Amino acid sequence: MAARPEALPLPRVRPSGGAALTAGLSTAYLSLVVLLPMAALVWAAREHGSWRAVSSPQSVAALKLTVFISFAVAVVQAVAGTAVAWTLVRDRFPGQSVVNAVIDLPFALPTIVTSLTLLALYGPRSPVGVHAGFTRWAILLALLFVTLPFVVRTVQPVLVELDREMEEAAASLGASTLMTFRRVVLPNILPAVLSGVALAFARAVGEFGSVVLFSGNSPFKTEVASVYIFGRIESGDSAGAAAVSVVLLGISLAVLLGIGAIRRRATRHDG
Amino acid sequence: MGRYLLRFGALSYLAVLLLAPLGLVFYRAFEHGFWPAWHAVTSSDAVHAFKLTLVVAAIAVPANMIFGILCALAVVRYRVPGFGLVNALVDLPLALSPVVVGLSLLLLYGRNGWLQGHGVLFATPGMALATIFVSLPFVVREVVPVLREIGTEQEQAASTLGASGMQIFLRVTWPSIQWAVAYGVVLTMARALGEYGAVRVVSGNIIGHTETTTLFVYNRYNNFEAQGAYAASVLLALAAILTLLLMNRLRPKEETR
Repeated sequence: MAARPEALPLPRVRPSGGAALTAGLSTAYLSLVVLLPMAALVWAAREHGSWRAVSSPQSVAALKLTVFISFAVAVVQAVAGTAVAWTLVRDRFPGQSVVNAVIDLPFALPTIVTSLTLLALYGPRSPVGVHAGFTRWAILLALLFVTLPFVVRTVQPVLVELDREMEEAAASLGASTLMTFRRVVLPNILPAVLSGVALAFARAVGEFGSVVLFSGNSPFKTEVASVYIFGRIESGDSAGAAAVSVVLLGISLAVLLGIGAIRRRATRHDG
Repeated sequence: MGRYLLRFGALSYLAVLLLAPLGLVFYRAFEHGFWPAWHAVTSSDAVHAFKLTLVVAAIAVPANMIFGILCALAVVRYRVPGFGLVNALVDLPLALSPVVVGLSLLLLYGRNGWLQGHGVLFATPGMALATIFVSLPFVVREVVPVLREIGTEQEQAASTLGASGMQIFLRVTWPSIQWAVAYGVVLTMARALGEYGAVRVVSGNIIGHTETTTLFVYNRYNNFEAQGAYAASVLLALAAILTLLLMNRLRPKEETR
């Protein structure tokens, strides 16, 4: 593109009518689809006696179990997801592109099919003799399956961008592999690992489809929060269901705010 | 040595977690030969479920595609005040339980709801709304980084040369975001075809009427017709594999996610 000889004042990219229309339309859509239902949910939870539903023993047990297993999932994924991302970026082996594509399988596969597949392999008719179905291990396994892509896909691009010269410098100064990883690589990928782990945690807390067939859903033992809410809805107690839902909504919002804070911190360090 | 150990560990984790279960579903579906599976997926209930899934996706995917482009433009180009909040809200469906999504729609459109009306719940409109909610973020999230990346120079140049807003969008902006939109649409489609929890809550799960493919899988399995459940699952799994192939094709080069 040839440079214009005379300096012209920069024009507005588009007339402000377009901006107003775009912003207005997307706000209206978002309000109708997301905000209004959320407001209705919070409004219903405010109903008299609905908070008793949250503090009932069964609800407390479901919430505790959900948060506890989601934490376990987050910890496993932090290590395993980083290892998988590392293998995909730094290692070279035949079939790597296939493995890279397969990472997104848990995202692409419907959750109910996930439940059925895990049941087929690790359920009562297990061909490998592992009977994890209808136990807490089943919940852990299902959640590990569905949250696999989050850490891998957030860490991978950061590892690709990471300058190897720093690691080589550390190695030439006598640092061991482990020390190089801990002192050089980890600080650089930590924000990505944390935001991936946070997303995985949020997803695990709210998961329903992949757990519902595989966990057995027995109260106080293998009933997660989403399944408990679903049971409340089915038995016609929508106010109680709404109250427990508001707890889950609070966790989701907290996680999203946390991820926002991590991202802002990371970009500030870069700049 | 450590490197081979890491490679072996990472690949076995993937094999045990992902590939083995999926392979077994194909085996179970065709355990008794091809024809039982074929009959299971060509029964009238199954065909109705497939059609309903496609109808719901055909409403949700274009709606979210248009919203995604508009919202990304509003967030990146116009910097409308208060849109930081919008940006955060867009991600909410990623972090929220689908059952909660379904319940909120149930409360909004149900008896005593603010927008109570006939024909939304336990029917296609409600299921489409639930699907739109859960598949909302994908196009926005793919288009926003690309819009940031390309900057405004070319658009400003077009504007100086007298192009109208619409012309600038069609001739300058669209060609640079079209692949991001396509990638986002593939993700939206995958989510729309596979949604279970939210649709389960708002549909009432009326067999042969508001039963989508994922509900069909659940209902068949619960009625001890595992054959039908596995056969329909194979179709969904094939759709998922097709999604993976498309994602691989369209994936942005630097893996910006």
